[in-house]
Order: sequence, then C-alpha cells, then structure tokens
Amino acid sequence: MTVDYVPAISRWIHLLAGVMWLGLLYYFNFVQVAALKAAQADGSAGAIMKHIAPRALFYFRWSAVVTWLAGAALLGANFGNAFMLRPSHAVIGIGAWLGTVMLINVWFVIWPCQKKLIGLVDASEDEKGKARRTAYVVSRINVVLSFPMLFFMAAGAHGAIYFG
Amino acid sequence: MPNPLDSLAGTVILGVIATFVLYQFAAWLMGA
Repeated sequence: MTVDYVPAISRWIHLLAGVMWLGLLYYFNFVQVAALKAAQADGSAGAIMKHIAPRALFYFRWSAVVTWLAGAALLGANFGNAFMLRPSHAVIGIGAWLGTVMLINVWFVIWPCQKKLIGLVDASEDEKGKARRTAYVVSRINVVLSFPMLFFMAAGAHGAIYFG
Repeated sequence: MPNPLDSLAGTVILGVIATFVLYQFAAWLMGA
C-alpha cells in the first residue's frame, strides 16, 4: 500500500486549520458579539477584549493562512483549473474563490479594524466606532460566505453535486 | 429596512440563499 503524501497531508492540515478558522469565526459571530454586548452593560467587557479577543484573533488569522496554503497544496497542478473555474474543476473552484475572499477579508479588513479595537494601533473613539461596525459587517459576510464555501468544498471532494 | 446581517437568523438565511445561488452558477458553468 502506498500513500500519496502531499494530498494526504495537505488535506489533513487543510481540515484541521479550516476547523479552527471557522470555529473561531463562528465563536466571534455566535458568541463573542453577544457576550460583549452583555459585558458592556455590566462593565466587564475589558477582560474579554484584553485576554480573550487577542488570543482568538491570533489563531483566527493564522489558521486562515494555513488553511489557504494547505488548500493550494491540495489543488496542486489543478490550482489554475480551479481558479479559472474550468468545468472540470468549477465546483472546487467556487469553494476556493470563496475561501480566498474570506482570507482577504480577514487580513485586509477584519484584522486592521481589530488592531484598533484591541489597542495595538492608536485610534480615536470615532475611528474605533467605525472599525467596530466594519469588522462586524465583514465578519458577518464571512459567515454568509462560509455556508456555500463548505458546501462546495465538500461537494468538490465527495461528488455531492450532480448536474444534468 | 433592517440589515439582515444585524441578526444571526438573517445571516444564516443569507448563507443558505448564497449557497443556492452559487449552486445555480456552478450548474451554468458546467453547462448543465
């Protein structure tokens, strides 16, 4: 018996990192947003922003990178076919595009906003308010995109879509 | 009109709609 190591290991890493990324995305959207709202009401939000959010954001943004890189390795020679949405790789290609847009949202929108909110970058209260809203909306957009992304990732690997 | 992203239910519904729309797009790409 032989194992094709690159796809076997890259798929494994892709799934591990992807679970961490989306787990933290859902944690932010389903748990932390509501928790912060309640905590702000009783004055305990500082602890969440100081001790929890920075750690969660660290694993969130880096697991996103690892997920994307392992996904690219898994596509291998079909990387171009997937991103060009060629019919043979259109299903996984749509999943790959959705994941890529989500990665860009994490690094170029959510993280720069969160840096202001957790105090890594100086910002006025007005700037923090805008950053909070932008990070919130784009994070919610990533939740929306994660639904079709997961559908197409699973469908791409397991032939769950039959057309015709 | 309220932004559907302001509620979890609205976000989940948008995710389901996006999946359906992209499914149709995939079918079109594959000529089905």
